Amino acid sequence: MMLFIFLPIVSVVTQSLHIDHEQVFVEVENCDFFGCKKATMVDPAATAELRAAEPLGRFVGLSNYFNRSHLATNEVASAWRDSASFGEFYDQVYNLPLYRALIFTLVYTFTVTPLMIIFGFLIAIGVNSLHQRLKGLVIFFSLLPMIVTPLIGSLILFWMIDSRGIIGSSLQSIFSDPNLSLKASTPLTWITLMVYGVWHSAPFSFVIFYAGLQTLPQDTLESAMIDGASRWERIRYVIIPHIMPLVTFVALIQLMDNFRVFEPIVGFNAAAHATSLSSIIYGDLGGESRLLSSASTTSVLTILGVIILLSPVLYRTWSGWDKKA
Amino acid sequence: MSSTVVENKSFSLRFISSIFIVFWLLIAVFPFFWTFWGSFKVELDFFSKESWTNAITGIRTLGQHGEYFTGAGYEGAWVQEEFWKAVINTALVCLFVVCVSLTIGTLGAYALSRSGFRYAFWLLILALVFRAMPPITLVAGYLLPFFEWGLWGKLSTTVVVLVAINQPFTLWMLHSFFQKIPKELDESAKVDGCTSFQAFRYVILPVMWPGVITTGLFSFLLAYNDFAVTAMLLSKENQTMVPKIAGFLGTTQTEGNVMFAVASVVMATVPLFILVMFFQRQIVSGLTAGAVKG
Repeated sequence: MMLFIFLPIVSVVTQSLHIDHEQVFVEVENCDFFGCKKATMVDPAATAELRAAEPLGRFVGLSNYFNRSHLATNEVASAWRDSASFGEFYDQVYNLPLYRALIFTLVYTFTVTPLMIIFGFLIAIGVNSLHQRLKGLVIFFSLLPMIVTPLIGSLILFWMIDSRGIIGSSLQSIFSDPNLSLKASTPLTWITLMVYGVWHSAPFSFVIFYAGLQTLPQDTLESAMIDGASRWERIRYVIIPHIMPLVTFVALIQLMDNFRVFEPIVGFNAAAHATSLSSIIYGDLGGESRLLSSASTTSVLTILGVIILLSPVLYRTWSGWDKKA
Repeated sequence: MSSTVVENKSFSLRFISSIFIVFWLLIAVFPFFWTFWGSFKVELDFFSKESWTNAITGIRTLGQHGEYFTGAGYEGAWVQEEFWKAVINTALVCLFVVCVSLTIGTLGAYALSRSGFRYAFWLLILALVFRAMPPITLVAGYLLPFFEWGLWGKLSTTVVVLVAINQPFTLWMLHSFFQKIPKELDESAKVDGCTSFQAFRYVILPVMWPGVITTGLFSFLLAYNDFAVTAMLLSKENQTMVPKIAGFLGTTQTEGNVMFAVASVVMATVPLFILVMFFQRQIVSGLTAGAVKG
């Protein structure tokens, strides 16, 4: 187990410190207003020779981390110096691939998580008041969006929102705009991805909250009713405090899950409008020229991000554990 | 659970909550139903330019195949695109991932839960970190060594990687299940003259099945649903269903054979459907067990 968990991490870190020289590039860079595009040509003979000699590539230290496609310190610094307003700065930063991915990942994470918690809670309350026989059936159907393979789930929705699919064409007729396409614009793509995210993960919070509602202390509820609490007040002052620990749990799990959002971007074919940290790694790895070192660098940065995201939780578990022991 | 509280809800409240549930069910189920229905149509119906009602009625399907329903998508996917290979590969990968991770998991978790040391904490941390880490970040690390050693593209490699990625979670889940089995049980077995292994074999094994089944379900789901690892580590011939479907999109959208992908999606969803149908209780209990413990 150690072998397969720690060695890859070591391998990722090592690779991220190296740069590809497996292929000898002839690079032509042409810059325009929107950024730079690099055209590369490969010298196959020299490539084969080098690849045999040193598969890792040449050692470049941390420079991978600071180049344009990752932290891009120079670009960010110059953008900060040159841009007059924050909006302008944001626009420039948004053009850098890593920051673009980071922004999407964070926006996605922090939009989807609260939404799915609220949605799941409402479903749980609704289902809880259903008749006993119906409950099983409803739970069965509710589980489906969560259990289904993320890629497949996103494909199913993707086909429906296609401009020739049912939702796509309905939206077109609602807004009476025959050219409306959810795939064409960036904000709409983001919204679609987030709707998918909520659809996919709401069942999880529903199941957890529903289980929580089953353990609700009936006498507290009863005394609240005797004291004249309205239904809303009962939800606010009895039910919500009771399931609050579960909310933290769900939020934590979903933060982690949403942070690694990846499959929907592939499924929705949305890489042009939205990239997440995982999907740029995938893009680097899947391309013709397997950019291992670039992918590794992003991986290391992502792992750091995960650790930062998790650190409060880890700290709490740590101190909680000490108390228990 | 019988409620002692007599709730006299107003009609409007009841109405709103029912509407909401119906609405949710519609969102949850309709996409699956729609895709299932549409998979028996031709592309011009499922993606109809004229009107979406074509997908329901299937006018073009009638024109092309003489019937309202056609299995052409399935036939194309199954025969022409050799989807059956992917199905077999998926079955193999899932079977081995579940078996291997459960074997290691039960033995390991049993040992951990019976030793006094604070393994549990580190296990929990590992499980958490691995839950949070996108699997694709590790894939980058696997690729180069696997290329070098010629291990890339094989099913067995993928199984090992999937097991490794899943193992902290499996261990942790089983660990909490074993923790619920009282220590007195194997102590009394040992008093009766069992060796440690016999205690495990004859005393613990028969009572641990609920936990093992739940954990097995989750590792099955992980192996089945994985895209990042399988897409990157398997060669074209060895692809499992999910990357295969993703591959369809790249090639067949231009050929106008989206229906192959639709049919394959339906085929890949059916096992999950059956799984939820039979193991709903275990899935729910597995999810909530994590919540209570975590």
